[in-house]
Amino acid sequence: MKQDKRFKNEINRMSLQMPAISVNEGMARAAVAAFCAQLSPDATELADIKCAVSEAVTNCIVHAYKNRKGKFYITVSLFADRTVQIAVQDKGCGIPNVKAAMEPLYTTDAAGERSGMGFTVMENFMDRLHVTSRQGKGTLVLLSKRLGRSTEEE
Amino acid sequence: MFKTEYHFEVKKRDWLLVVRLFGEIDHHGAVTLREDLDRLILKERPRRLVLDLSLIEFMDSAGLGLLMGRYRLMQDIGGVMVLSRPNQRIMKILRLSGMERFMEIEGVGAKGEQEDEAR
Ligand SMILES: Nc1ncnc2c1ncn2[C@@H]1O[C@H](COP(=O)(O)OP(=O)(O)OP(=O)(O)O)[C@@H](O)[C@H]1O
Ligand SMILES: [Mg+2]
Repeated sequence: MKQDKRFKNEINRMSLQMPAISVNEGMARAAVAAFCAQLSPDATELADIKCAVSEAVTNCIVHAYKNRKGKFYITVSLFADRTVQIAVQDKGCGIPNVKAAMEPLYTTDAAGERSGMGFTVMENFMDRLHVTSRQGKGTLVLLSKRLGRSTEEE
Repeated sequence: MFKTEYHFEVKKRDWLLVVRLFGEIDHHGAVTLREDLDRLILKERPRRLVLDLSLIEFMDSAGLGLLMGRYRLMQDIGGVMVLSRPNQRIMKILRLSGMERFMEIEGVGAKGEQEDEAR
């Protein structure tokens, strides 16, 4: 399996568990960025990762638990080929229709001034985004990015 | 002179209101920032609101929601909102959202402290 081969080349891993409170949005993205610095990302890559993590974590806090008590879980794996893989998981309400939720501008919380761009940001700022969810069980967001490939227009 | 608030500075001249934002705009900070900006806008009722973004170090989609909300509020009171000096990071997310197409944006790529017309 492809996954197994990659797993052997994993050079480091970090797991975090935090209460789903909004102050941890900044904490989580800073912690992930600090950990990813081992792979010497350039400034753009690091900013992309921070933003994607911020989106995933904010969704746990705002949507999964709807500001009720809960935790989110982050695992960051670094691979020898300079791939960063980030899993952000919650045990919240889940997403009934993942495909619809991932559409740009889709939001279930228009009253909260959301732009509905969170998943679009994750998708565009990372190489890969994979979302699995079960209603009443929770959501897993998998993000990955291979460093050193940016064809940045900037 | 700018009057210093805790996360933004304000300067007023006739119908112009320049607000310089600091730090990071995420969901955590957006709640109070939104309330404070709206209170200010409704008190001053400017025709032109310039949001100086040059000192913003981080912004995610919560920032897009925040900017969109203030854009609408300014329309509601018969004024316009202008984004000033967004860095490349902010431009990237504004472009992605499509907001860059209809919002007035000035001084793209300008360096933070130089040519500060509001000083
Ligand atoms: N972890 C989650 N648990 C439950 N629902 C979620 C989760 N993440 C996303 N969603 C659902 O998917 C929708 C789209 O998410 P997305 O992040 O793209 O936009 P948003 O959070 O609504 O707005 P923005 O991120 O721009 O503030 C959300 O409105 C919500 O209904
Ligand atoms: Mg979101």
